[in-house]
Amino acid sequence: MQPNDLDRIAQQIRLRDLQAVFEAGAGHIGGEMSAIDILTALYFRVLRVWPDQPKHPDRDRFVLSKGHVALALYVTLAKRGFIPEEEVATFLKPHSRLNGHPNCNKVPGVETNTGPLGHGLPVAVGMAKAAKLTGATYRTYVLTGDGEMQEGSNWEAIASAAQFGLDNLTLIIDHNRFQQGASLKDTNNLAPFPAKLEAFGWDVTEINGNAMDEIVPALENRGSRPHCIVAHTNKGHGISFMQDKVDWHHKVPNAEQYKIAVAELSEALS
Amino acid sequence: MNAITPSPKLHDCRDAFVAVLERLGADNPKIVAVCNDSVGSSKLGGFKAKWPERLVNVGIAEQALVGVGAGLANGGLLPFVCGAACFLTGRSLEQIKADIAYSNANVKLIGISSGMAYGELGPTHHSIEDFAWTRVLPNLPVVAPCDSIETAAAVEWAASYDGPVFLRLSRVGVPDLLPEGHKFELGKANLLRDGDAVTLVANGTVTHRMMKAAAILAEQGIQARVLNMATVRPIDIAAVVSAARDTGAILTAEEHSTFGGLGSAIAEVVVAEAPVPMKILGVPGIFPPTGSAEFLLDEFGMAPAGIAQAAVDLIARKSSRT
Repeated sequence: MQPNDLDRIAQQIRLRDLQAVFEAGAGHIGGEMSAIDILTALYFRVLRVWPDQPKHPDRDRFVLSKGHVALALYVTLAKRGFIPEEEVATFLKPHSRLNGHPNCNKVPGVETNTGPLGHGLPVAVGMAKAAKLTGATYRTYVLTGDGEMQEGSNWEAIASAAQFGLDNLTLIIDHNRFQQGASLKDTNNLAPFPAKLEAFGWDVTEINGNAMDEIVPALENRGSRPHCIVAHTNKGHGISFMQDKVDWHHKVPNAEQYKIAVAELSEALS
Repeated sequence: MNAITPSPKLHDCRDAFVAVLERLGADNPKIVAVCNDSVGSSKLGGFKAKWPERLVNVGIAEQALVGVGAGLANGGLLPFVCGAACFLTGRSLEQIKADIAYSNANVKLIGISSGMAYGELGPTHHSIEDFAWTRVLPNLPVVAPCDSIETAAAVEWAASYDGPVFLRLSRVGVPDLLPEGHKFELGKANLLRDGDAVTLVANGTVTHRMMKAAAILAEQGIQARVLNMATVRPIDIAAVVSAARDTGAILTAEEHSTFGGLGSAIAEVVVAEAPVPMKILGVPGIFPPTGSAEFLLDEFGMAPAGIAQAAVDLIARKSSRT
């Protein structure tokens, strides 16, 4: 699938995500919009996965460490055929398997339960290490938030990945520069990330994480060391009034805002 | 069952753990050991010598230790994640909750040197909270074997069980109590001695002390039932209810805080199913003073004579109710 087609899918996923947030009255829309291009490139181009065999031993592994954007993953999984598309409407409803953070025992395609930050990367290191030990050819991808990198557990895993020589592991940092209540810069500024990862023995690629023609080659890059993609993204990407506004970490649009957002995303699709 | 006599020889249950791990590992290449720089204290030197590539050492990084274990299981391996129980459970509790229990990852958590095994090193190194922390987690069986025979059987069981397990081991020597060839059954207590005056329940390093206490009581003409209850979750409800109905009083003892451990788990059953007088022996909600595990267990009333006295006092409460 080519970048233009992927862009189109990403916009469709954004629209569905927006609608689900509006209808559920909850969600983490800012970080969903920033990450959707990356999720689209993974599920519609890069990942070797079989929706009808979600536990196939040779499947590539994807771990959504920033589990609070679960809705974006659900919409993507639905579009890719892992779960019924109409099921997205049950998001956050009583007894829905689509709660606010992904559950691997209920939702096909989810590899491990995330929600508390700083959990996905260590688990992904274990997955990549398992492939090394068994000779499996699958690759492991993990998506974290930039604020999430403040969790010390990530740095334990970063050190281990380099020590284990995990050239089959790709970490994507969704660097949208905002966390829950403030900018990364004003909270605990780990940026710039590249030198820090390189110092641990990783290869680092910096990209525009909302540009398909940069995302795809970065994800398909193969080197001899663990690979970190620092994806410069915009929180709320694609919806003008949300873009780069910390308020939209988990705010829900009102009816008027919803109409404007739908119009903007639809226009991008046409 | 009264014929079982504790042999005086003491065993370090870590030896039984690694012996079984290495035996199973020879037939099952999926078995890997994961540790946090604890090759020596987890006695994984032999495993490492046989299969160096299957010993995954994450260094002094317990959060990664448990997370990496979950990932190895996702990749089709059978990880035995080993670390000092105090760090494995305390430092990594959220990883145990989210990555292991909630994700239902097929990971065996091996808590080494649990309880007050690191006695003189002090409360930072004691693991007298781990039953409480782990037994509230769904999907996670919690097991504390009482001797080397039960340890070997529990490790063998854990390897064949499809799901997470927390196995709580000590380094303090204990005599063998269970018969050779004993098979471990999850959630099943073992009747070590029968009696009708009171039931004594323990696990781990305290079970043999219970047996000695029962012998003291027998000399006084008091016949105590002794249950070894390695499984703290799921608790053996039937054995607890029978104990309450048959003996009318239950005394528990554990190398753990009196809050939230084996005694609490039993009390939850007793209060709901068969209320009888109970006494819970353990560390009484304090950070213990300096001393070895054996000294501290004695200090907290778990010397055989202390347990026997607590049983006599408990039996008195039972008769004062009637």
